[in-house]
Amino acid sequence: MASTAGTAPVTTAPASDDSSRRRGLTGYVLLVPGVVWLALFFVIPFYSLVATSLYDPGGSVFSGYEMSYQFSNYWHAIQDYWEPLLRSLWYAGLATLICLVLGYVLAYAIAFKAGRWKNLMLVLVIAPFFTSFLVRTLSWKLILADGGLIVNSLQAVHLLGPDGRLLATPFAVICGIVYNFLPFMVLPLFASIDKIDHRLIEASSDLYANPFVGFWKVTWPLSLPGVVSGTLLTFIPAAGDYINAQLLGSPNQRMVGNVIQNLFTQANDYPAAGALSMILMILIVAMVLFYVRRAGTEELL
Amino acid sequence: MTGLTRRGLLHGGGAVAFAGVSLAALKLPLFGVSGAKQVPADCRATDLSDTEKKVIVSNWPAYIDPRKKSTSTASVFTERTGIEVDYTDDINDNAEFFAKVKNQLGSCQTINRDMIIMTDWMAARMIGLGWIQPLDADKIPNVHKNLIEPLRNRQWDKDLKFHAPWQAGLTGIAYNAAKVPEVKSFEELLTRSDLKGRMTLLSEMRDTMAFMLRVVGADPDKFTDAEWSKAIDRLQEVVASGQVRSFTGNEYIQDLAAGNIVACEAWSGDVIQAQFDNPDIKFVTPEEGLSLWADNMMVPNLAEHQANAEAWMNYYYEPEVAAKLAAWVNYICPVEGAKQEMEKIDPSLVDNKLIFPDNEDLVDAFDFMPLTDQQSQQYEGDFNDVIVG
Repeated sequence: MASTAGTAPVTTAPASDDSSRRRGLTGYVLLVPGVVWLALFFVIPFYSLVATSLYDPGGSVFSGYEMSYQFSNYWHAIQDYWEPLLRSLWYAGLATLICLVLGYVLAYAIAFKAGRWKNLMLVLVIAPFFTSFLVRTLSWKLILADGGLIVNSLQAVHLLGPDGRLLATPFAVICGIVYNFLPFMVLPLFASIDKIDHRLIEASSDLYANPFVGFWKVTWPLSLPGVVSGTLLTFIPAAGDYINAQLLGSPNQRMVGNVIQNLFTQANDYPAAGALSMILMILIVAMVLFYVRRAGTEELL
Repeated sequence: MTGLTRRGLLHGGGAVAFAGVSLAALKLPLFGVSGAKQVPADCRATDLSDTEKKVIVSNWPAYIDPRKKSTSTASVFTERTGIEVDYTDDINDNAEFFAKVKNQLGSCQTINRDMIIMTDWMAARMIGLGWIQPLDADKIPNVHKNLIEPLRNRQWDKDLKFHAPWQAGLTGIAYNAAKVPEVKSFEELLTRSDLKGRMTLLSEMRDTMAFMLRVVGADPDKFTDAEWSKAIDRLQEVVASGQVRSFTGNEYIQDLAAGNIVACEAWSGDVIQAQFDNPDIKFVTPEEGLSLWADNMMVPNLAEHQANAEAWMNYYYEPEVAAKLAAWVNYICPVEGAKQEMEKIDPSLVDNKLIFPDNEDLVDAFDFMPLTDQQSQQYEGDFNDVIVG
């Protein structure tokens, strides 16, 4: 306020000064719920997770855990579980790519071609959320069942051997992830594509760009914010997902989420579970930062 | 006026927050966890049973006859004793329930329950942690008199000082007779090529590893580290070969019914219930032996109505009541004499070996040896590493 004194005519009456200060305070008061929320549900759990990952691995529920800054927990976790860790990133990456292709086509169609069906189609994209994640994943078990229609048809055309199956394969797991996270890709893509001014695309063809070139030079760059947020919203939860691998995969498709869950609940190995959670988090944050840098859309974050 | 600008204050706030967080970082040891072991005698509540006529029971779903009916076992109990039963079926999984009550029981706080029902190994673990109150033998004479022989002398509580079995069951093999020939042994389950990728094992470490130990010629009642390694290596091989489709909890039964799997390691009660819909599903007790387990009633620390809980235990060990319960839940009835009572209720169930097995059959049933804290940590870890691939 002092800095603006020179430019603005200083005729503030004491009363209005008072009210502006009160207004100033209101801002902070309004911040309180958010800050409390973050402290309670992010900062404290986060620190407890950091602490857990550094516990003395010799501890147990019986004897308790001592905090001994065991950074070697991280190294051991990587040594023991690098396979599911890489597998998670691979599955999540592949699923994100498939989601991007499917989602882009769908979002493009809804934004530009759906006409008066636009709202209905958007509702249909969200509709699966009306039932629970678990139920929808379980129904994929029915779709891909060994004696089911899809497997039988594929066997009839000899794309699958007579003993072939789809369930309990990487295919089923990736299908599940793609299906479950597709809406997270479609919605941000739609928001971006819907905003594109149609006249820009027309202009590109007026300037003799064929549709292909027009798409890559105009539509794609303009939809980039949607692509970036869509891929992030898909990739991050997909990398940590464990439901799809649990229900649709076999032990040879386990992802890092399964390992963490089992370490916490079954094996009671809290330090390893904590370290693995931290590694996953660090990996994802690093990849996201790198990705956002490369995509040149820092303003998203 | 050179006052605070909003930006300045935010920066200041940020700095304070950062300092606080750094301080928290230095104080990380605060997050260390002390041991969860308790002494039951120090965590005893005054028994209000005489003044408050109620008992709070936590059990597994579908593990009691429908309570609303006036002739149900629970209603008759209330009618006879005047004790109201506050019953919840909130136990779905041993490990999950353990995680739920760990913080309270581990620091001598009440979980507001008078009775919980846990499977053998978890019961053993909780008793070992000192979370369970000793029972008054004089108040539960029926338990001591009527418990069937095979469930006595469990290594972890030989004199029934802390527990009374609620229902028992067998772990064995289930297969779909319409699709594959009989699977007689665990060895067959692990090696037969027509089962490859179409069979599942249980994700409970003790259930699966007891059989793996038998397969490599060891005794689950008493085995060495070397034998354990041999068993776990064998399991690793089987998993790597793609024989095992998955490690599951109860959900194997849907897969078996849907035909996604043709054989699996299974619990007897699940199979009886599945047989009502699909008679082709068969239960086999493997050649390696019988694995008998029980879910056990126990009184947790700081329970306020222990005497009422004991009255409930005693009541369910009356043969007539036990038969009524067994007719509904279809698990192995742990009460001697219930078989005779069953003649009056439902004669068709009397000869069902999965509800009333002959005691001779159960003689060679094996138990999993009690594990020390370190063993349990190591074995659970080894098993977990195999099942998560």
